[in-house]
Amino acid sequence: MSTHGEEDLLNTNYLKAGTGVKSWLLTLDHKRIGVMYLVSIIMAFFLGGVFALLLRLELLAPGRTIMTAAQYNRAFTLHGAIMVFLFIIPSIPAALGNFIIPVMLGAKDVAFPKLNLLSFYIYVIGTIFALFSIISGAVDTGWTFYTPYSTSTNSSVVSMTMAAFILGFSSILTGLNFMVTVHKLRAPGLHWRRLPLFIWGMYATSIIQVLATPVLAITLFLLAMARVFGLGIFDASLGGDPVLFQHFFWFYSHPAVYIMIVPGMAVVSELIATFSRRAIFGYFAIAMSSLGLALVGFLVWAHHMFTAGISEFAAMLFSALTFLVAIPSGVKVFNWTATLYKGSIWLTTPMLYAIAFLIQFTIGGLTGLFLGTLATDIHLHDTYFVVAHFHYVMMGSTVMAFLGGLLYWWPKIAGKMYDETIAKVSFALVFIGFNATFLVQFIMGSRGMPRRYYDYLPEFRPYHAFSTVGSWILGLGFIVYAYVLIKSLRSGPKAPPNPWGSAGFEWASESPPVLANFREVPTITRGPYDYHLTTDEELFDGFPEDAPKKA
Amino acid sequence: MNHEPTVQMPGQWSTFAPNVDFIFYFIYWMSVILFVGIIGAALYFVWKYQRKPGVKAEPTGHNLPLEVGWTVAPVFFLALLFHWGFRGYVDLTVAPANAMEIRVRARKWSWDFEYPNGAHETNNLHVPVNRPVRLVLSSDDVIHSFYVPAFRAKRDAVPGMYSMMWFQATHEGTTNFFCAEYCGAAETAARGEHGEEVFSGHFSMIGHVVVENDATFAAHLEAINGPPTINGVVATPAQWGAQLYRSSQCYTCHSVDGAPGTGPTWQHMAGHPVTLTDGTTVDVDANYIRESILNPQAKIVRGFQPVMPTYRGSLNDRQIDALIAYMQSLQ
Ligand code: HEC
Ligand SMILES: [Cu+2]
Repeated sequence: MSTHGEEDLLNTNYLKAGTGVKSWLLTLDHKRIGVMYLVSIIMAFFLGGVFALLLRLELLAPGRTIMTAAQYNRAFTLHGAIMVFLFIIPSIPAALGNFIIPVMLGAKDVAFPKLNLLSFYIYVIGTIFALFSIISGAVDTGWTFYTPYSTSTNSSVVSMTMAAFILGFSSILTGLNFMVTVHKLRAPGLHWRRLPLFIWGMYATSIIQVLATPVLAITLFLLAMARVFGLGIFDASLGGDPVLFQHFFWFYSHPAVYIMIVPGMAVVSELIATFSRRAIFGYFAIAMSSLGLALVGFLVWAHHMFTAGISEFAAMLFSALTFLVAIPSGVKVFNWTATLYKGSIWLTTPMLYAIAFLIQFTIGGLTGLFLGTLATDIHLHDTYFVVAHFHYVMMGSTVMAFLGGLLYWWPKIAGKMYDETIAKVSFALVFIGFNATFLVQFIMGSRGMPRRYYDYLPEFRPYHAFSTVGSWILGLGFIVYAYVLIKSLRSGPKAPPNPWGSAGFEWASESPPVLANFREVPTITRGPYDYHLTTDEELFDGFPEDAPKKA
Repeated sequence: MNHEPTVQMPGQWSTFAPNVDFIFYFIYWMSVILFVGIIGAALYFVWKYQRKPGVKAEPTGHNLPLEVGWTVAPVFFLALLFHWGFRGYVDLTVAPANAMEIRVRARKWSWDFEYPNGAHETNNLHVPVNRPVRLVLSSDDVIHSFYVPAFRAKRDAVPGMYSMMWFQATHEGTTNFFCAEYCGAAETAARGEHGEEVFSGHFSMIGHVVVENDATFAAHLEAINGPPTINGVVATPAQWGAQLYRSSQCYTCHSVDGAPGTGPTWQHMAGHPVTLTDGTTVDVDANYIRESILNPQAKIVRGFQPVMPTYRGSLNDRQIDALIAYMQSLQ
């Protein structure tokens, strides 16, 4: 019963449908909510990044360089907590996912648009708690909040745990919303076997978010109770058990590693398919391995605790299960590599990020073998080797996928193109800077440098200095990346609907999409990677000049 | 066995170091091969199949044997790693019955070692070479972790429970141990011997493991119970106390020149009255000092937090007397 005016609104560019601050803050449009998330997480990334650069600067030389030990402890805690809870967990799902999922599915919006806006505001409230904690003395527990340190330090723990507690609800609601959306709002013809791998990945992530995050909430709640009311559950002197906290914490936080990496894998699957112009090899295996990771990821938490005094039997079990997770990850890497074979590879910046992902994820994964193997883990646990390992997975993989994904979908989000040349410069800086920062940390770690050290023995100085210089290159790379986005917003040429000539469904929408995403409900007649069923002319839809130059 | 560090690993100073390193290098070389294989292939494809005008991508087919192959093949490799890893782990955790036992007590931010003869030492662990040594760890406050890279051994010290680790050193000399589990830091810096800023915290819970032959080890245990000799002369109690002030880490919280710190300064402390949190005033005499060291929570000085660890068991009577003499000399 819609009037003519509403119809018109639904068919206007989402950026123009409504103006003014209120039209953004109260919007129910998944695209605008995605953009608001995007802005928020970029700010969080900036803040976490500043802490990272400060940490590396402090470690440039032994002894005091720029801060005290207590300040250092706060800085690394905030770096970790901000990057994990405020940036990386919401990064791909809440920002890119929110924008892209409904468009990919041919839906008008997510299943519960109001819940979606609520998730965003819960995120904002959580962020306010985190900022409050930072200005009221900050936390020095590490992002892991291990007891009894966290119950005894006099830093501002309760407000930071409340922040993570609240942020968790945002994550749960987003996951729930996406699950229902995938089940209920697929366009006609989009059956499960045609589902884009990005959707499969986000679906698997949503399952983990919904199932694991409540455990974190309960754990942090118990921690806050222990601090405020002296609840003895983690306190040995009251009959509690400090190691129990670690079990609870990792029961969430190990699956959370998959909340962080599976979306990265999901993005990379799209990038590789589009820029090789070929269906992903072993589509079904990749889709199922995302679900596999989501499930097995729940069964390995105690591999963070091999030196914590768990029984030999438990150590054996968790080591074995950990090796099991290596298989789906390995399968994905093999599949992506095989996809490149006999493709038609277009080296755009997003594709370069996908290749960087492949390289760094392989390093991150293989170094995980040293940590899953019990005998070597005892030596490497809590050293820089672990720091390097998880940065290769979180930053070297997920963040690379995010950077690549953001540029890939940028024409859709902003409606404008970005400057490829400068983007490639920023890629080169990020790639070199990242590897310079973290590759040496493996050596430092296996040589015995423990993590979370404010000061260190002189023998580690060359490695630390090298790593710090790497962090400057990396920082510069991000500044150039930001410049690319800003330049595009200010003066980028208008983007065609499908600048990459992708067969993916989201590219059938306009750039930027209209408020309702499509002018009429699309009917899906082929898979998202069926390049052999389409022609360049069709894909580059009206803008054949963007197609690769014909001979 | 290689006692010198290599690029990737510290020197091998214990019986299990060579085995751990063997597994480490096995995984390392397997990883190098896999990495070069996978990434080499990927980069080659990227170069070889760059988009060219008129050349289309070949549609993706299916290759079931290949897919099954690369899913199943890693299983064997992983099972081998698991097996070696677990066997090595059992070696690392199960100590021989005849091992010498040393009690290790961790606290913010120092380690106390108690030898079988009752002698105590802070941040310095002496062990006999070629003999199994079992450490029984506990913590007085938060979780710490005792880590000797050269031995490839590590174990958490958790409050409220004992944990064990063991090793058999194979090489005489001095190597480092570290605290591997984050345990905080002091908010303010203390003053070092030359007045420099000294921060203490997780990163300063490090020290030396001295591996020596049986005779030297036995002589060392005898020596640590009595006063040290300074330049060939037996130290006076106050001199000994001054040394304990540093070696027992009192300096990380207490200054001796009136500077503020986590605990009250020792300057003009002994023999003067002090106000406690409950408002009462007591004289800082030898008995009070003794109580403050052995049972620090009994009386808390106004304006300070009850964070001082107890030294009951880790300082003997003669050492406490020496510390008192030293405090009395700080007028
Ligand atoms: C972790 C910090 C810390 C360390 C290490 C520490 N203390 Fe203390 N000490 C304190 C604090 C805080 C107080 C004041 C609160 C109280 O009375 O318990 C204190 C109080 C004292 C007092 C009573 C002071 C007075 O003015 O009444 C004495 C004596 C003392 N410590 C001796 C020692 C000795 C000896 C050592 C080393 C063997 C030592 N402390 C190590 C923190 C520390
Ligand atoms: Cu410690």
